[in-house]
Amino acid sequence: MTATRYPYYPGCSLQHRSHAYQQSTEAVARALGFELVEVDDWNCCGATEYFSVNRLPAYALVARNLARAAEQGATEIVVPCSACFLNLHKTDKNMGRYPKLGERVNQALAAGKLHYEPGTVKVRHLLEMVITDIGNDRLKERTRRPLYGLKLAAYYGCLVARPDSVFGSTEQPTAMDKMLELLGAQAAPFALKTFCCGGHMTQISEDTAFEMIHRIVQNAVQSGADAIVAICPMCQLNLDVYQEAANRYFETDYHVPVLFFTQVLGLALGLSPKELGFGQEFVDARSVLDKIQDVPPPRATPARRPKNALPMPAMPE
Amino acid sequence: MTTRQGHTFFDRVVKATPGGELLAKCLQCGSCGGSCPSGADMDHTPRALFAMINAGMENEVLSSNTPWYCVSCYACTTRCPQQIPITDLMYTLKEMAIRAGRYDHPHAAKFSETFIGFVEQRGRSFEAGLATRYHLFHHPQQVVKLGLMGVGMLRRNRLPLRPKSIRERDQLQAILAEAKAIAAKEVEA
Repeated sequence: MTATRYPYYPGCSLQHRSHAYQQSTEAVARALGFELVEVDDWNCCGATEYFSVNRLPAYALVARNLARAAEQGATEIVVPCSACFLNLHKTDKNMGRYPKLGERVNQALAAGKLHYEPGTVKVRHLLEMVITDIGNDRLKERTRRPLYGLKLAAYYGCLVARPDSVFGSTEQPTAMDKMLELLGAQAAPFALKTFCCGGHMTQISEDTAFEMIHRIVQNAVQSGADAIVAICPMCQLNLDVYQEAANRYFETDYHVPVLFFTQVLGLALGLSPKELGFGQEFVDARSVLDKIQDVPPPRATPARRPKNALPMPAMPE
Repeated sequence: MTTRQGHTFFDRVVKATPGGELLAKCLQCGSCGGSCPSGADMDHTPRALFAMINAGMENEVLSSNTPWYCVSCYACTTRCPQQIPITDLMYTLKEMAIRAGRYDHPHAAKFSETFIGFVEQRGRSFEAGLATRYHLFHHPQQVVKLGLMGVGMLRRNRLPLRPKSIRERDQLQAILAEAKAIAAKEVEA
């Protein structure tokens, strides 16, 4: 039995630079028949910035959201941004795991007449919620336009995989790969699926950021992917908006579109690119749309090595 | 491990970090540095930094660029065989470095502080404001380049120029003020 109304924490990025994620999330929710209800008067999660400057206020900032959600009767909360997800999830968990911390956070919350009992609100990432609650059968049944012919690199980024993995592996999760295959696409063998996109390093040390962006894009190209599928606004921003700058820095010429998983899912559900926010990306994604075929392409049989190809030492005659 | 009493640098780092006591179990294996995507740009790998904390090298640790190059990806934390919360320790070191005025990388601290300024004031982050305020003050020579990117963002509807605010700002500010007061008291203690 799955809920049809979910308390929802959109996060600042979706309302700012990642409008396409918001638009496609809402469109997919309508198409799959569930409703996302915003937590009333939610505030910013502090991203990675607040925790590095003043820890207790950072926890209190996040906990205000959890306390308000609980006050509004929520037992779970769905979050599309991986950074928001981590902060909410980590605060809920650490307030329970370190009682002294929980006590002090609640002491701060009391100044705003709030209280949060750790464990009350289950924090869930949107991708996990779609995969678990909507489920494979329903996703398959609702697929109107299978993504035949597309090879996609499922990019999880760090924060849903670590420190507490949502999908069972901190290194190589496969849940999104399976979902993409279910929608008719082919999941690219993309090794750097949980390698960090660089987070805020584009603002602090460009060289460091470009190195990380370059590694991910290069690996996606090597895996033969037509596009990278992201589940976090920060990852999408770094790989998409800074791809050209990283190209200049490394004298490369990559053009790999970076889409949100809801955009790709929405296409398969038969929604139009326009209502899914296509066109807001820096690396043009039209090439991806053009590659979708009407019939599944024949699966190439993997080339086998000739039997004598292994580098065995040759015995002298 | 020798027993420690009182307020050595090591003790203070441990005390300020939830789960920090596991730092005493560091094996010096180097899995952290080997897992770090930005490790190549760090003055010291996390492993080296932990040995330095253990040796009481407070000034050197707090002036190291290492915590400022941490990207919070938790690769070290999940691979650490002793489950040391390394990412959280990096946050502690940043906080201590800012307080001691000893940090190597002023831009990083200013970026965080500018970001937080908007959040504390409005309850929401504000990227257009963050980008202009932070870069005008700290990278004026880059403003033209960033301006061009900003135009691209604007054209694609990705950089709203009006900040958003929460409704109950008073509530948030009361909570944050109380949290800061508690944190300040603990630092003194």
